[in-house]
Amino acid sequence: MIAATLRRQASRRVLPGFGLSLGVTLTFVSLILLLPLTSLVGQLSQLSLSQYWFLISDPRILASYRVTLLAAAVAALFNAAFGLLMAWVLVRYEFPGKRLVDALMDLPFALPTAVAGVTLATLYSSQGWVGRWLETLGLPIAYTWVGIALAMAFTSIPFVVRTVQPILEDLPSEVDEAAVTLGARDGHAFRRVILPHLWPALVTGTGLAFVRSLGEFGAVIFIAGGKPFETEITSLMIFVKLQEYDYAGAAAVASIVLATSLVLLLVINLWQGRFIRRLHGREA
Amino acid sequence: MIRIGDAPGVRRLLIGVALVLTALFLLLPLVAIFAQALMGGIDLYWQNLSDRYTLAAIGLTLLVTLLTVPINLVFGIFLAWLVTRFSFPGRRLLQTLIDIPFAVSPVVAGLVYLLLYGRNGWLGGWLDGYDIQIMFAWPGIVLVTIFVTCPFVARELIPLMQAQGAREEEAAVTLGASGWGGDLRVTLPALAHALLYGVILTNARAVGEFGAVSVVAGAIRGQTNTLPLQVEQLYQDYNTVGAFTSASLLALLALLTLAAKAALEWRAARRESLA
Repeated sequence: MIAATLRRQASRRVLPGFGLSLGVTLTFVSLILLLPLTSLVGQLSQLSLSQYWFLISDPRILASYRVTLLAAAVAALFNAAFGLLMAWVLVRYEFPGKRLVDALMDLPFALPTAVAGVTLATLYSSQGWVGRWLETLGLPIAYTWVGIALAMAFTSIPFVVRTVQPILEDLPSEVDEAAVTLGARDGHAFRRVILPHLWPALVTGTGLAFVRSLGEFGAVIFIAGGKPFETEITSLMIFVKLQEYDYAGAAAVASIVLATSLVLLLVINLWQGRFIRRLHGREA
Repeated sequence: MIRIGDAPGVRRLLIGVALVLTALFLLLPLVAIFAQALMGGIDLYWQNLSDRYTLAAIGLTLLVTLLTVPINLVFGIFLAWLVTRFSFPGRRLLQTLIDIPFAVSPVVAGLVYLLLYGRNGWLGGWLDGYDIQIMFAWPGIVLVTIFVTCPFVARELIPLMQAQGAREEEAAVTLGASGWGGDLRVTLPALAHALLYGVILTNARAVGEFGAVSVVAGAIRGQTNTLPLQVEQLYQDYNTVGAFTSASLLALLALLTLAAKAALEWRAARRESLA
């Protein structure tokens, strides 16, 4: 620690570019990030507390919080299971097409969300390739919260896979050999021996997937259909208010969304920091 | 050596389930995009592609990307250099601030820009006096795209530069290299991989951004429609084939992104195994 600090302070004298990089960075951060965010604060400051409360507790908005939270939670839980399975299969087994499957895991980040949105809406509509079959089984997906959860799950697939995968790769093989030698069965041994190593990464990945799902817009709106009180997500409510030129209402709801995601992100960062310190015995 | 889950039955079951789910959730949507785009035959596909508004959307998307990627590349390098090579008060805060674009919903990103540059906004009203329009025009689209994609390059660079430490650069300075030229010659080759990866991610997101752009673009056909907005508009017009034609271009770019990422990772793995 001390050595690192000293080295950093020494480098301040030796390395060039402190003034320049500080200047460029602060200018950029002020203009691109801070100035627009203060305009949100400015808009909100024109509201009285009771007006603010009225705007954020409108029944239709409350319903949108419920739908968004529920769908995002389901999407995150699905990804916890699917991501764990994919990370395990990609790290532990060899099979034909493995590299292709590995590359495909990043598709949801590479594919524009609007494209994912129209594609899922088309696939799962009552005439779509998948929706047609599910309809006959009495499971409509499009225009229900299940469809919203599905779209959220799609766009956040990479989070859990990519946080768990490196941890699993670094796990020494002695860990599970010991368990197998002692005669423990697979499921039991996995829970007792492997999972304790993975679960911090699993929680981090699931948390990130949840935060991403809360804010997802493009992928969701097409399959959601936007029925008031039923399939309206909170991002869509902000969008609708903007189209009605209700800037105060949009800003009030946006402040809730922004605060929620920032708090969650902070919690995830603290959690991750603590876990990394515990693993390495030092600050990361 | 026997490891957990190595029994043939378990292995086959897990691989099978993983492949079925991957095919259903990832491969099927990908196939559907191209199938829908080509549903009316190849002639209709070309016709849709050379549609005036689609071409305008492609042009605008290119313009936005060509402006966004270099700006964020330069910013990312400066930011990474600053937070990994110097200690100063507020360093942690700066790193947290940079994560904001990842955390906020794109609609909220669009909203804060609309509040600032819209007609009633602080800057918007003032710029209006000079007849400069940011909102519902291409400059607004560029600005929100810069906002949404600004963390990518820095986030790829920072962990690597932290690990590498300041030692290498110090050595270079002591040995006579000076100023930025010296630093870049030492730093960039080692970080070329991370840099390129950051650019690929920035590019993919800049081309595909939808939520933030749709708030500030105002959907003026042929003028402020980027390719993702064009997909939406055609889809809402019930022109499914047209929508998926534009979508197929974006999907193609996504596939190129994945291929480039895989190639970079493969080269990095080979370099590691050689070292």
